[in-house]
Amino acid sequence: MTSAIQCEAMAEDALLLRFGESIDEATNARVHAAARALQLRWPELELVPAYASLLLRFDPRQWPPADDDTQQQPADIVQAALADVPPVETPTRQVEIPVCYGDAFGLDLAELAASIGLSVEEVIARHSAVEYRVAMLGFAPGFPYLLGLDPVLSLPRRSDPRQRVPAGSVAIGGAQTGIYPAELPGGWRLIGRTPLQLFDVARGSIEHGSPSLLQPGDRLRFRPIDPATFERLFAETHR
Amino acid sequence: MSVLVLKSGLLTTLQDAGRPGHAALGVGRAGAMDLPAWQLANALVGNTHGEAALEFTLVGPTLHFERAVDIALTGAVPRAEVDGHVLPGWTRCRVPAGGVLKLGGMAHGCRSYLAVSGGFDVASVLGSRSTDLHAKLGPLDGRALREGDRLDLGEYVPPLLWSSDDAVHVAPWSLDPQPWFDLAPLQPERFEIPPLSLALLPGSHTGKLDADSLERLHTRPFTISKDANRTASRLDGQMLSLHEPLELISEAVLPGTVQLPPSGQPIVLMAEAPVTGGYPRIGQLAAADLPRLAQRRPGDAVCFHACTLEQASARLAARQQRLDGLLAAIARRLQGGH
Repeated sequence: MTSAIQCEAMAEDALLLRFGESIDEATNARVHAAARALQLRWPELELVPAYASLLLRFDPRQWPPADDDTQQQPADIVQAALADVPPVETPTRQVEIPVCYGDAFGLDLAELAASIGLSVEEVIARHSAVEYRVAMLGFAPGFPYLLGLDPVLSLPRRSDPRQRVPAGSVAIGGAQTGIYPAELPGGWRLIGRTPLQLFDVARGSIEHGSPSLLQPGDRLRFRPIDPATFERLFAETHR
Repeated sequence: MSVLVLKSGLLTTLQDAGRPGHAALGVGRAGAMDLPAWQLANALVGNTHGEAALEFTLVGPTLHFERAVDIALTGAVPRAEVDGHVLPGWTRCRVPAGGVLKLGGMAHGCRSYLAVSGGFDVASVLGSRSTDLHAKLGPLDGRALREGDRLDLGEYVPPLLWSSDDAVHVAPWSLDPQPWFDLAPLQPERFEIPPLSLALLPGSHTGKLDADSLERLHTRPFTISKDANRTASRLDGQMLSLHEPLELISEAVLPGTVQLPPSGQPIVLMAEAPVTGGYPRIGQLAAADLPRLAQRRPGDAVCFHACTLEQASARLAARQQRLDGLLAAIARRLQGGH
């Protein structure tokens, strides 16, 4: 059973839909299913999916489209459009992220392993064993918030955030794991680094598609690689 | 032919209407803080394609123009002079080839827009020439102007207002800055500016404020803090609190969203708002009042009055209609060549 969608008029040009109040796979799947359905129906909407909510931004002069017979409120129009959307898994892309774990690539890995009472190898095995879901992007362009972290691996953020976290750093912050797409300040614990470029405006053209390697709703796995492979892939992707 | 930056000013960035369409990827819109002023500056120099203009804060840049160009200054009017000639705001002026435009401080307001005929020919990033300082996106790799920067000027054949390229000209007409800019009435006896009253829509968690905080939110003045910037304005003066702490999960936020972090000091998100946030939201500034807040300085007082979505939408639509009418009138005036 799924809860009703709460619809809040947030601003003159924005509606916020809430699908629940927790961070979980089922709720987030409903967000992405709704986003897909609404975008198909109204390509002109700008949609911002989050863990359990979806923002719709529209041009109030253009949307909702004028209807002949009724002057419905935007919230009612959206509720009606979503009434038939089954909260089921939508087809998603699978993305593999190569990660060089530990040492200079993940400065906090050894400390994190010690804190939770696992060996470094076990942490790597558990982090790369499961499939994650890109619940949402935010904080910085291309920064994915991932669902699916093994709860054993969760550890609160550092008390002293770093001024500069290297681009590509794979990190754990509380019950979440994510990837820093650019050099940024951050308090998450660094466990590894990917050589891939998560966000590149040069990719963001009609010819090349999205500037972001990851899209909301994507499925994702981490694949451990060695430093030599990191250097090779880094050179290939940073030409 | 280009413009050479001799002095950068306090914070000078290239801005246009912003970068919509990428929020789901974590990319905010950015764009001009005072959009009507930006749009009117462009209109005055005949630009109709959302060209990038310079937005500068409190103290403007000094620019050397290698060729003659028509300019307009809107928003807060800075002290402006070219080779000894003082230039007014809210009109069209010609800077001659080789002219050095010195832009100083502003008597009122916080942000000015300098549009040039043809716009600045800078790279468009994800469909926009606006600078996103936090994400480091946009022209100049998303940074503010620096001394020594060179900005190319766009191709443009201006309507023939003036035949000579080697003198300063000022159009014989100008726009009334009202209602696009609030001239704060100075009260010499108090040296104090009365609080600017801003319309506030309810937010998701307005009802979670304790009764005293809710009352103060809508009746007491707040002061814009010193660290106000393009991302957010923190408001000092009144500590607000909730009935009980709320555990929230991140969701989308907008420019104008008023958040209440644990410090108890509300924060109004501005043009360069992040796309998501996790603090309680105690209000949403009416969109028509965002540029008005953007024109207030650190230390200025503001207060809030409650409004409904219908009122805010009607005000926004009325402002848009008025702006569209003015843009059309400017275009007619320029076509007429006088």
